[in-house]
Amino acid sequence: MQRRGVAPALVTVLLPPALVALFPGSQAEVEVTASNVDDMIDALNDRWHGMRDRLCDSTPSIRRHINIFVDGERAALQTPLAPGTQVYVLTAMSGG
Amino acid sequence: MAHGVNLLIGTKKGVFILDGDGRRTSWSLRGPFCESWPINHVVADPAAGTIYGGGGNEWFGPAVWKSTDKGRTWSHSSEGLAYAAGKDPIKSVWSLARRNGHLYAGVEPAGLFRSDDDGQTWRHASGLQDHPSRPEWRPGGGGLILHTIIPHPNDENQVWVAISTGGVFYTADGGKTWEPRNKGTRNDYNPEGQRYPEYGQCVHSLAIAAGMPERLYQQNHCGMYRSEDGGKSWTSIEAGLPSTFGFPAAAHPRDPNTLYLVPLNGDVLGRFVPDGKMAVWRTRDGGRTWQDLRAGLPQENAYLSVLRQAMATDSRDPAGLYFGTTSGSLFASIDEGDTWDCIAQHLPIITSVETFSTGS
Repeated sequence: MQRRGVAPALVTVLLPPALVALFPGSQAEVEVTASNVDDMIDALNDRWHGMRDRLCDSTPSIRRHINIFVDGERAALQTPLAPGTQVYVLTAMSGG
Repeated sequence: MAHGVNLLIGTKKGVFILDGDGRRTSWSLRGPFCESWPINHVVADPAAGTIYGGGGNEWFGPAVWKSTDKGRTWSHSSEGLAYAAGKDPIKSVWSLARRNGHLYAGVEPAGLFRSDDDGQTWRHASGLQDHPSRPEWRPGGGGLILHTIIPHPNDENQVWVAISTGGVFYTADGGKTWEPRNKGTRNDYNPEGQRYPEYGQCVHSLAIAAGMPERLYQQNHCGMYRSEDGGKSWTSIEAGLPSTFGFPAAAHPRDPNTLYLVPLNGDVLGRFVPDGKMAVWRTRDGGRTWQDLRAGLPQENAYLSVLRQAMATDSRDPAGLYFGTTSGSLFASIDEGDTWDCIAQHLPIITSVETFSTGS
């Protein structure tokens, strides 16, 4: 049996306005093909070079104040993606 | 007619630019730029007219921003601006320096990066972190930051950097190997008998004397110093100043004997100017004697602080001197500090001030 999400899947990614503002030509809603969140970020980086650095640190992991939600759950880089999933990339509540 | 002077202002909420006319008496403000990111240092390459801003955003991490059209539009990059997997990631860029086609970036946690393609990609100058003292570097109040980079004016292999708290380090081989240069600088936080260590001092800023690359000035958490041998040894120049504590040090653009400091009231009582009276202190003799400069600066209820990179001179004659406060005011003197005007206020916390001349 194939593990859920291992095969590349077409997913919809919703990006936060503060991120879109950093990449001219990017858009708040984008479809990419990816098998997990890590692949999804690679696909975003292919379109808008440098976006991986904004979402991930060098440890490597999703940045501490970036939240990525898959199926309503906070995701990690290895979280698999099923076809048709909506992935929410959100800036955490922080500031001053 | 003289070229105008532009002030590059880094703040906790973006970059601002004050455009001055040829007389330096009329100023107009632009900004905030860089998507209002916290920006710790803004510098210019006057030959190319390029402006660089280094900082870091809580959501999106560190980056160096760049504008090739005098600040109208900006892009950013952090490609290669990263430590190896598993190490503490970089939080922010703290200092920038441009020399001989190289762009240097000092970061938190303390380390040095270099770009040879105008800020598009970065390479870790890992020799500094390979120094055996690295495990003993400790974060100061602002974090473990590499906050000052001084490339030698005539030799691209020589660079001084300052780390809080690690001290001053120097390379003569382009960053492959480094040596601490802190002899004679005090660390009041060490036990008696251990207050002059080889490294670990909380240096706050460095300045290099015009035309005398072996002469350096230092504002430390614990004292003010001058070196005549490229930092191998330091002599206290704090006698005559109202405290031993402050952040910025700004050297005169032509006179190696003239230095400006902003002594604060110590490190435990608020870190503002003594008695709530703003003063910049100037020496004309390499730190032997000091004069307080107050004309035009607030002398009542002024609980102001000036951060380590928030004071700069211009290259005009007489030299202009500029500083920004943590309360968002920008003060300017166009007569080498004798008299002052407030030329902007109500800005965010000012982290850095640098100058460049339009058209130069």
